[in-house]
Amino acid sequence: MGAPPFTAGSPRRWGDRIFSNLAVGAAVTILALLAGVALFLLIEALPAASAGADRLPEGKSLVDYIAPLAFGTVLAATIAVLIAVPLAVAAALFISHIAPRRIVLALGYLVDLLAAVPSIVYGLWGIFVLGPAAVPVLEWLEAKLGFIPFFAGPASSTGRTMLVAGLVLAVMILPIVSAVAREVFSQTPRQLQEGALALGATRWEMIRMTVLPFGKSSIVSGAMLGLGRALGETMAVTIILSVSGIVTFNLISQANPSTIAANIALDFPESSGLAVNTLIASGLVLFAITLVTNLAARAIIARQNVQ
Amino acid sequence: MQAPGDKASPLVATLGGGVLPGWAPYGVVAGSALFAAAVLLGAGAFSVALLLVASTVVSCLAIYLWSRAVEGRRRAFDRLVTFAVVAAFALALVPLLSLLFEVAKRGLPGLDWEFLTGSPRGIVGGGGAAHAIVGTVVITGVAAVISVPIGIMAALYLTEYGGGRLRRALTFFVDVMTGIPSIVAGLFAYALFAIFLGPGIRLGVMGSVALSVLMIPIVIRSSEEVLKIVPNDLREAAYALGTPKWKTIVKVVLPTALAGLITGVMIAVARIVGETAPLLVTTGVVDSINSNPLEGRMQNLAVYAYSEYRTPGVMKEASYDRAWAAALTLIAIVMILNLVARLVYRRYRTEIR
Amino acid sequence: MQGAAGATKAETEAAPVETREPAPPAPPAAASEAGARRRAKTIEARGVDLYYGEFQAVEDATVTIEPNKVTALIGSSGCGKTTFLRSLNRMHELTPGARVEGDITLDGQDIYAPGIDPVQVRRLVGMVFQSPNPFPTMSVYENVAAGLTLNAGRVKKSEKDEIVERSLRGAHLWNEVKDRLDRPGSGLSGGQQQRLCIARAIAIEPEVLLMDEPCSALDPVATLAIEDLIRELKNRFTIVIVTHNMQQAARASDVTAFFNIEESGRPGRLVEIGSTETIFTGPSEKATEDYVSGRFG
Repeated sequence: MGAPPFTAGSPRRWGDRIFSNLAVGAAVTILALLAGVALFLLIEALPAASAGADRLPEGKSLVDYIAPLAFGTVLAATIAVLIAVPLAVAAALFISHIAPRRIVLALGYLVDLLAAVPSIVYGLWGIFVLGPAAVPVLEWLEAKLGFIPFFAGPASSTGRTMLVAGLVLAVMILPIVSAVAREVFSQTPRQLQEGALALGATRWEMIRMTVLPFGKSSIVSGAMLGLGRALGETMAVTIILSVSGIVTFNLISQANPSTIAANIALDFPESSGLAVNTLIASGLVLFAITLVTNLAARAIIARQNVQ
Repeated sequence: MQAPGDKASPLVATLGGGVLPGWAPYGVVAGSALFAAAVLLGAGAFSVALLLVASTVVSCLAIYLWSRAVEGRRRAFDRLVTFAVVAAFALALVPLLSLLFEVAKRGLPGLDWEFLTGSPRGIVGGGGAAHAIVGTVVITGVAAVISVPIGIMAALYLTEYGGGRLRRALTFFVDVMTGIPSIVAGLFAYALFAIFLGPGIRLGVMGSVALSVLMIPIVIRSSEEVLKIVPNDLREAAYALGTPKWKTIVKVVLPTALAGLITGVMIAVARIVGETAPLLVTTGVVDSINSNPLEGRMQNLAVYAYSEYRTPGVMKEASYDRAWAAALTLIAIVMILNLVARLVYRRYRTEIR
Repeated sequence: MQGAAGATKAETEAAPVETREPAPPAPPAAASEAGARRRAKTIEARGVDLYYGEFQAVEDATVTIEPNKVTALIGSSGCGKTTFLRSLNRMHELTPGARVEGDITLDGQDIYAPGIDPVQVRRLVGMVFQSPNPFPTMSVYENVAAGLTLNAGRVKKSEKDEIVERSLRGAHLWNEVKDRLDRPGSGLSGGQQQRLCIARAIAIEPEVLLMDEPCSALDPVATLAIEDLIRELKNRFTIVIVTHNMQQAARASDVTAFFNIEESGRPGRLVEIGSTETIFTGPSEKATEDYVSGRFG
């Protein structure tokens, strides 16, 4: 797709030169930007990495500071993915195969609407609406399933627990996973589906034999994209979670670990000096975690496309 | 055919057998709801949520058992799965409906003229969110000014120029950029300015830079999609007339794609207008109206909602009300932007063929 | 006809190519592997009208598909033969807005009666599609057994093995795949894949086998192999095959039905049906004669 050849020195060459340089410049800027993100964060994080534990917040070494936060981040995100993915796949199946054709567009739009809501709004909804509404459920969980470490309790009376935070995260990432799943389900080749039906399969059997295997990789990568999003989500967790900093698997109590992102949001505005560097260092760790997750997701998609 | 064939043949004999009446699914749902309601009322434990859950479980069981008796195992399972999938979809929509309802319910009362045009008054609290609204407009506007040219030019690079390694690297890294957590983008903007202007700095434009990091990949992706749709024949027609490449882009490609580009930008704006985290660490919290992004802290709707919640004034309820009102305003802005974006696309897009 | 030596590279890439032997006519000998000649079912269509929404694709089709014979549906493109074929196993109704009017019966039983489950109809009336569609995520074995697993519930492994082998033999594919039963179904050549789909279809012992232009995506050698197979399969099943290739209809079928449309936009009609020999040597309708002698289509 090249420009027709011009004689050297033609005045029109100028415009082309400038424009193409601008375009290349934009491309380079973006690469520089990304490099810059990593670089600047690293620069600001280094002082914390080299400082002794006594000068860092809470008197912990950098690793001891970040580790519980990383734990909380992964825990909350895992809960979110475990809840969201089955629901998202079911919702996607509903839209792609079961709902009446005429309302399919509207239904898809509705699910996508979930993605448009700002996270601060989710946070407010979580703490004022979902939390209190979840309290009876938390109490029931403690009463009936309290022997499982996840539900050891004591059940929080405000609902500001890891379980609720995970639930809100699940709602936030559901549209992402669902959109990816919907896309791949509706692209299942018609021949394949008819082949199964012609053998005398019921609709569900056909879906199980053709649609789901066809979409398996996409579902996995969609789930990982959702996971990446949940790992980096800040405001909803900041508002909802009642933090005490302990590392625990107990999902229904007042005492929860924080997440890296929420911790930054809570502490940064009032921090100065090395505390700031520490927070930036934790941000760098978060960046690394989400980077790896997203790259893995893309790799899975790429491999699926090659096959 | 011999015995193994007969294994399959029980089904051969019956082209027939029972079928549930057409109204069966609806009847089962209605019946289960009534049944569950009766049980719950009887046990004195009635609540809407419990009713929904109970009737879902009961109707799934009921349809399976009824269908199994009349139609056979496979058909029954098929019906059960259909019910479960519908229930899952409905479940997925419940948060959306609850959220929209609650935000409207709690935010509307606080959404008055005072809120929209007044600024906070003193330490007691009260007053409006005008400063936040102005701040949102300014910060988002500057972010758009930064992101749109860079984003569209980069998209143009990918579709019109671009060869080999730079192109592949760019595509790859744009993918990476879409995954940056918003707070990390905020930290980056902070780090950038802190290195040059000293720590502890808070500026409106820092927020814009942070938002740009989030906005640029969105603009690139959507612009790329739209530019790819412009058929090559149009470009080649222009070239054949002796038009230089840059002019072709400016006069042919861009206008053809314009509606789509605008839509993409609007959707990108809608995505970042509600971002709080990056602004918490860059623009800070402030009570006065500041419309100069290069000078001092600037408030923003999202951060305002957060701070009204986190540090309510003496009258807590009033602060919470304002937080909800700000949340409602945000959602309204996002929905309007999305809606207008779609309408613009539908109305103004150039019919290719 | 080049014979085995002219077999394409594709056909030879798997195990040694099955040499194509001319199939014996009405073969008592073939009964050795297929069991005794089995009386399959009759399909009768009366006054069938087929619609896609408001558009009528087929008008007033009345056909008797006789058991244990191969009936070919011929006609130019767009005249409704595939639409009609798909109405015989209730696949037509899968298209949104599609509608069937009239009677279609299987050995006297109306397959569109209100109480009838289309899933069961499809179990009895199998289908082989235009381009081979083995399930890509399943092995050869699993592909053949796919219908079994659905319809027969718990089948002992040994029985399943036996049925799979029998079906693959019945489809003239056994020798080529017996050592690679666990490999994916999509790794075979086109002709082999189509025979795999045929094996898959016959594994569940349908009464009728519908074939929608089964050879159109295959090379000539594979095509002839499948035609041989069809001649043999009619001992066990009733076969209906749609083909736009008149020579194939002449070679492979016993009865031929000619569909035609007068002009585009009009529904297709069944113009004439009769024994293949009659249709090709002395048809009664002028349109039929024009078509088979190549004056149009």
